[in-house]
Amino acid sequence: MSVAPLETVRPEEDVETGSVVVPDKPWVTIVWNDPVNLMSYVTFVLMKHFGYPKEKAAVLMMQVHEEGKSVVSNGTREEMERDVEAMHGYGLWATMSHDQ
Amino acid sequence: MTFRRAEHAVLRQVLREMLDLLTADDAGEVDDDPLARAVGIGTATEVPDDPALARLFPDAYADDAEASADFRRYTEQGLRQRKSAGLQSALDSLGEEPHEIVLTQDQAYAWLGALNDIRLVLGERLDVTEGFEEVLDSLAEDEPRLALYGIYEFMGWLQDTMVEALSQDL
Repeated sequence: MSVAPLETVRPEEDVETGSVVVPDKPWVTIVWNDPVNLMSYVTFVLMKHFGYPKEKAAVLMMQVHEEGKSVVSNGTREEMERDVEAMHGYGLWATMSHDQ
Repeated sequence: MTFRRAEHAVLRQVLREMLDLLTADDAGEVDDDPLARAVGIGTATEVPDDPALARLFPDAYADDAEASADFRRYTEQGLRQRKSAGLQSALDSLGEEPHEIVLTQDQAYAWLGALNDIRLVLGERLDVTEGFEEVLDSLAEDEPRLALYGIYEFMGWLQDTMVEALSQDL
């Protein structure tokens, strides 16, 4: 599976203070396999919440099913907290972590 | 759709029990702080003791207990409120007696979430694992859990049917 390419962000120097601002590095949302959630439901949730086309959602769902987990989104920490909360709302088992 | 009387009774019961489960053991609601309550901030910072509730409200960070505790404080109460509201909506549309039910899209989503949450709890109670259908086939006819497995399967079928219907609108 592939996720959208991560942008390479370099620290920017603040002209006025001379301090270096380090942007929030990309975080990822991971959905984990569980024996209860229906494959059709997981695919549906990925389409509904992330707006993924059916093909992409199905690929991610199969990765969760066969490999135990899948990275379903990436972004800032705040964005991933929103995604994880949404996944928990749908009953999917999701965690977030800093992309290494 | 119209449920048969037995199906209707079972659905009412499990929806009610799920609502009780979510509200009886709440996420440490801050009852002396109306603002915190209004925005859904609770005091719970640890995974619920009940494994079924732990499945519904898992830690958000796999390797950071402190961040997970913060996340839980800011989200669990709100998640519980939204799940409870969905269950109540499903109960309301189900009604006291079996009748022809036509769901709005909002109601269908409430049902979808409610069915999934109930299946997660039942799955935990029944130790459902991958390929549990084989285990099911090997159970004796007088196995007391058979009835619950039957409910679990029925709800899975119903949920799948709703997923298919709602997928038409995506």
